[in-house]
Amino acid sequence: MQDNLYTYLLMLGDNSMILGHRLSELCGHGPSLETDIALTNMSLDLFGQVRSYFQYAAKVKGDDATEDSIAFLRTERKHLSSLLVEQPNTDFAHVITRQYFFDQYHLLLLEQLCESNDDQINAIAKKSIKEVKYHHRFSKTWMRRLAQGTDVSHQKMQVAVTSLYPYTEELSKANGVEKAMLAEGIGADLDAIKVQYYNELDGLLSDIGLQKPEEGYFYKGGKEGIHTEHFGFILSDFQYMQRTYPDMTW
Amino acid sequence: MVGHLSHIAPEIYQALYKVSDPEVPVLSVLDLGIVRDVKQSEKQLEVDITPTYSGCPAMDMIAVEIKYALESIGFQAKVNLVLSPAWTTDFLTEEGKDKLLKYGIAPPLETSLDKQVLFEDARLVPCPQCQSSNTKLVSQFGSTACKSLFKCEDCLEPFDYFKCHK
Ligand SMILES: [Zn+2]
Repeated sequence: MQDNLYTYLLMLGDNSMILGHRLSELCGHGPSLETDIALTNMSLDLFGQVRSYFQYAAKVKGDDATEDSIAFLRTERKHLSSLLVEQPNTDFAHVITRQYFFDQYHLLLLEQLCESNDDQINAIAKKSIKEVKYHHRFSKTWMRRLAQGTDVSHQKMQVAVTSLYPYTEELSKANGVEKAMLAEGIGADLDAIKVQYYNELDGLLSDIGLQKPEEGYFYKGGKEGIHTEHFGFILSDFQYMQRTYPDMTW
Repeated sequence: MVGHLSHIAPEIYQALYKVSDPEVPVLSVLDLGIVRDVKQSEKQLEVDITPTYSGCPAMDMIAVEIKYALESIGFQAKVNLVLSPAWTTDFLTEEGKDKLLKYGIAPPLETSLDKQVLFEDARLVPCPQCQSSNTKLVSQFGSTACKSLFKCEDCLEPFDYFKCHK
């Protein structure tokens, strides 16, 4: 098995899966019908992307793994999503800020993966980027609308930015697997993405009158399987049925 | 007959034509352009289909229905899901666009017009009920991944718009 490729696919898929799950939790709970539909549509897109990544990962793994076993049967330390996407749906300001912080990265990532010399990753990226452009437009528009809305919406956005910004750096901080994938022409160049990413992010924040935190401290660990306290709850949602009735199928 | 499928036998084409999209039942999978290739080896068929959107929940059902439709005319069929080239609304046939309109769903506009409609609130999508262009975007995301929700300000009917996807 190609270990690095397999791990890289998990990293790509896990971000979409955990964020997709967070958005799915909002189904029926959005602040308005339109935003509810939008968030759940985005969740569906992300889960579609996860299926593509995990079907491919199962093939690369080569044993009896399936997309479902990869999605549902790994322990917390084997999940490689970044810490940002597991942060909870505290309020709509947090939902939108988390989404924009991820979408901006996701868009830059997929632009590069559209050039990947791995045919399947290339095809998934070309398919996904069309969807992610919509997500990005949606979240960016809402960032502006809320930041420049009422005093209360502005204040809530500032709280969300202050609490979520420290989770952003991990996205574009390459680990060993990502460096190896870049060297093989399969993965993205995260150093290049990092520069573009913070240009976009900091540019938007200053344009809409929000401050990034001054400390410059960043959390990391998700990509190595070390998660925040929120992750266990997500996993219990995912795995309850399999732990209760091992090997059950629908 | 759709160009890239002109090599397949008429009976196979007819069988596929009868399989519809469960979310827009008026559209055949051929109108929608998701059948990308059919390879025949005597009574064995391999059908390549591509999803409209990654998360399209109809794909599994469509794959099963294609298999049954082909079995009903005596073929064994295997359905493959292919991602490349990625589906675009250019794959929709003209017949498909007509059917959408008659069904009450506004078919996709050209890319530049679509952007003006979805991001600049331009009023360009004709209402499928009364043909007025005095229509307004209600929600960029609609009842399924491929649609946005609109409202006609003349006849006041809400309607779906099939988003341009390229
Ligand atoms: Zn009308």
